[in-house]
Amino acid sequence: MNNCADVVIIGSGIIGNAAAYNLAKKGCSVIVLEKDNSIGHGGSSRNGGGVRQSGRDKRELPIAMWGVKNIWPTLSEELEADCEYYQQGNLRLGKTQEHLKILQNLTNNARECGLDVNMISGEEAREICPYLSEEVIGASWCKTDGHANPLTTTLAFYRKARQMGVRYISGEEVVEIRKIKGKARLVVTKNNVYEGDTILLAAGMESRKIAGTVGIDIPMVPHLMEVLVTEAQPDMFYQMLGTAAADFYGHQSKHGSFVFGGSSGLEGYRKDNGTYTNSSITAACTCRGIMKYFPVLSEAKIVRSWGGVIDMCADGVPVISKVEEVPGLTLACAFTGHGFGIGPAVGVLLSELIRGETLSVDLSAFAYDRFKAKI
Amino acid sequence: MERSIDLGTFVPEPDDDMLICRCEEITKGEIRQAVHDGMFTIEEIRRWLRAGMGLCQGQTCGKLVKGIVAKELKMSPWKIEPATSRAPMRPVEMRIMGNEQLEG
Repeated sequence: MNNCADVVIIGSGIIGNAAAYNLAKKGCSVIVLEKDNSIGHGGSSRNGGGVRQSGRDKRELPIAMWGVKNIWPTLSEELEADCEYYQQGNLRLGKTQEHLKILQNLTNNARECGLDVNMISGEEAREICPYLSEEVIGASWCKTDGHANPLTTTLAFYRKARQMGVRYISGEEVVEIRKIKGKARLVVTKNNVYEGDTILLAAGMESRKIAGTVGIDIPMVPHLMEVLVTEAQPDMFYQMLGTAAADFYGHQSKHGSFVFGGSSGLEGYRKDNGTYTNSSITAACTCRGIMKYFPVLSEAKIVRSWGGVIDMCADGVPVISKVEEVPGLTLACAFTGHGFGIGPAVGVLLSELIRGETLSVDLSAFAYDRFKAKI
Repeated sequence: MERSIDLGTFVPEPDDDMLICRCEEITKGEIRQAVHDGMFTIEEIRRWLRAGMGLCQGQTCGKLVKGIVAKELKMSPWKIEPATSRAPMRPVEMRIMGNEQLEG
């Protein structure tokens, strides 16, 4: 088969797949390389499914808001697969005065960017979601937030892109990007060499090592998070949930199960010799957190838990950028755990960036060369 | 693995409506169609259809799903990786799971 394409994408997560789909739609030939045997095997299949705008960094909000307005409402129809998108709002819950201060701060920031989010009392929160415990004394409420199914959404982009002729190769680990006459052009894997006019690096945490082969470093570190899922419950509520104390986040899925993410706080000190594993204490810790806010769920059975790695950026927002020193290379990494919700929008923006079209949202805040020493 | 392989046209089979995953009520036909949609690994089948994601976590249907996927891909089932087993191995109530710390 022909190993040359207009664009070679490294990574088949939500970002790589959404970019592949949008590029193919515009007539580009695309090859996607995935290290794992399964498509979307990283963070894209391991997150809590939030499609949020509230609580996001000011720099990232324009992308999140643009996606919620223009992409998410029609995404299932476009991909001909159920992405299980619910737009029934986001409650970020607080139990103490300290929590309310944190929530007020986030709310003020988001309002400055034109997002409709406001503080509500515990009673008002319980009117929206009657299952909340009395411990909740206030919340921030953004009614245009929501959630979707990250598993089906990531694979729906893959399925559609593949149908449109995008070539996918899984189990294909990239070793290096190689330049020809000063321009990034070859992607060398353990078994093959691929060639593209543009190389899009969207490999999550793995991007750091691969970008290093052309002398580019993005300051990001792996951050382990865990998610658990309950057996199906009766229809209860479809708001996305978070807390000021970051005890957990999650939602009830279309299937009826509750999906909750959380951490133990000891992830940074795990003893796993470099292999990411979930720990025996985290799911239990997340359960205790959930029950304080939702005592009604204490009898719900946990059927599965899993871990995932966030590519945590030094300044908390992603890198979505061309690279001046390495023409032909485009970076889309360091999404810091926010990649799923903005992924479909980033896919469109990447197709515009790579094809030199007018950008629907300004990306200058996400430049690769913005990181400076503190003094 | 090259994903742009031609599996031919999807031809319905008489027993396509047979339930394979009892917990999530996924049929043989749905699994076969998923393979034709590009879901080539057990992990992808699980994520796309929920087969093996219910209360028994695929302990009942795991081998059947593997066999169906292998047949559609014209591969030996030995070459298909099983899904990763996840804790807890049996469903556990949130109040029990959250109670792993000794009190007092």
